[in-house]
Amino acid sequence: MIGGLRFRLVLALLGVLTLALFFLSLMVGPAAVAFGDSMRALFSAKGGAVALIMQEIRLPRAILGLMVGATLGLSGAALQGWLRNPLAEPALLGVSASASLGAVIAIYTGFSALFPLGLPLVALAGAVAAVLVVQAMAGLRGGALTVILAGIAVSSLASAMTALALNLSPNPFAALEIMFWMLGSLTDRSMTHVWLAAPFMLVGWAMLASLGRSLDALTLGGDAAASMGVDMRRVQFLAVFGTAASVGAATAVAGVIGFVGLVVPHMLRPLVGSRPSRLLPASALGGACVLLAADTLVRVIAPERDLKLGVLTAIVGAPFFLWLVYKTRRQML
Amino acid sequence: MSLLSVKNLHASLGGKPVLKGLSFNIAAGEFVGLIGPNGAGKSTLLRTVLGFVPHQGSVAIDGRDASTMGAKERARHIAYLPQERDIAWPVSVETVVALGRLTYRPAFAAPDHADRQIVERAMRRMEIHGFRDRPATELSGGEKARVLIARALAQDAPLLLADEPAAGLDPSHQITLMKTFSALAGEGHAVVASMHDLGLAARWCSRLILIDRGVIVADGPPRAVLTADRLRSVYEIETYLGEAAGRPIVQPLDLVLAV
Repeated sequence: MIGGLRFRLVLALLGVLTLALFFLSLMVGPAAVAFGDSMRALFSAKGGAVALIMQEIRLPRAILGLMVGATLGLSGAALQGWLRNPLAEPALLGVSASASLGAVIAIYTGFSALFPLGLPLVALAGAVAAVLVVQAMAGLRGGALTVILAGIAVSSLASAMTALALNLSPNPFAALEIMFWMLGSLTDRSMTHVWLAAPFMLVGWAMLASLGRSLDALTLGGDAAASMGVDMRRVQFLAVFGTAASVGAATAVAGVIGFVGLVVPHMLRPLVGSRPSRLLPASALGGACVLLAADTLVRVIAPERDLKLGVLTAIVGAPFFLWLVYKTRRQML
Repeated sequence: MSLLSVKNLHASLGGKPVLKGLSFNIAAGEFVGLIGPNGAGKSTLLRTVLGFVPHQGSVAIDGRDASTMGAKERARHIAYLPQERDIAWPVSVETVVALGRLTYRPAFAAPDHADRQIVERAMRRMEIHGFRDRPATELSGGEKARVLIARALAQDAPLLLADEPAAGLDPSHQITLMKTFSALAGEGHAVVASMHDLGLAARWCSRLILIDRGVIVADGPPRAVLTADRLRSVYEIETYLGEAAGRPIVQPLDLVLAV
């Protein structure tokens, strides 16, 4: 096919960029460590301060940046392709809001203070509950529109419950902790977080990645895709549960990080000839690039203030999206 | 053996019966026009044959019960051209046509030489190869229709079901389309196309099935199906029926005046 070479080139460039940003993320932090020293410390078995910083603080942070970014980019591209709608994004299914609610409940009840995985586990449970409700509402014959509407309803309910928790919070510190957690961040995460999120993300990625051809066929609409041999119920199952598993896990360990899943597919679509199947891997790499870059920037811009990752992606992402809408408004009308 | 055999087909949409006991066979070599007034059940019939609508009665594809066929297997027997012409993303014309080969390729495999030849032939047949690299979303309505027809041709299935394929085409491309479908039938495929243009249907189809309110009113060669009385009772129109170059001419003239 035409453009096959260009597609491989785009993927290769994104891959190199992802790798470069991954190492950049490893380099940036309050402790000034030279590149050679840090790389040696990364693989050192002896311990010591530098090894501790590299292995326990920066490595999990960079890995999570990579995984969360890839999750957001991949799920955004998959949902836009499945729903045939450029406004679709990972938060659409209510998974992010429900995972947040789970985290808020963990903080509110003090469960998060009991052991390190308390918060992400309850957040994951929230994501699972959300997707079960959405899928039960939509049923097997429900279709995409029912899924969206159910997702909006679940999102709204979860946000309302989160607001209630803030409203009734026992002291201002609990409220502040909840607020800060919800802004989204990769600060102070450990390898335990990586091991918790990785299985869910890998399963979710595999489900979403297998959608490629079906999404291509869906370019011509649901009936046309079905007539070309696409099993629409299977597509719905993979899209909903793949998003839930990967985005649920991402939200559980990093909080809500907006705009990456919405904007990255838009940025890359023209580079892959708009083909949904090609957008999936490109968008996963693009999401990883954007999140690694953003997470590096928050450390550079305000090293002392703990600028939250979700705040930066929204502040940069929203105007960028506005510009994209302005640029492409003729096609979107 | 018939490519498609429908027996006593019943289907409802939203609790309202739309198909009320239809039976017919389609054999290789036929170009069948599916005609009937708005709401007669033409589109529902096509969608039911494809398994998109719950139904009673039997549908057999190539002698096999269609309900036992998976989506992929069915796609190798029937290509379908829906009425909807919405293309979601600005993919290239060639990419759209190549989607027709999807069902033949293993996952993640690129199209092979044979696939590319079939795609090329489909594009030439519909005269769209001149703008193969243009984004399909930026085409005119008629161009887009031809791209989607080429996509269905590229599926290269024995049976093609087309829902209003001629709508929105200029006369020259309408005739090109009808000739293409005739040629497909001549090559041993079968085509069933729903149509509103009785003139086109009469001139080019080898057989017409006239549906009204969910039942088959007439089924046979165009001259036998399109009689003045029948057009009066089904469409409530007066029609000029003539002949030119050995083929029938049907031209609606006026509404039947209520007496």
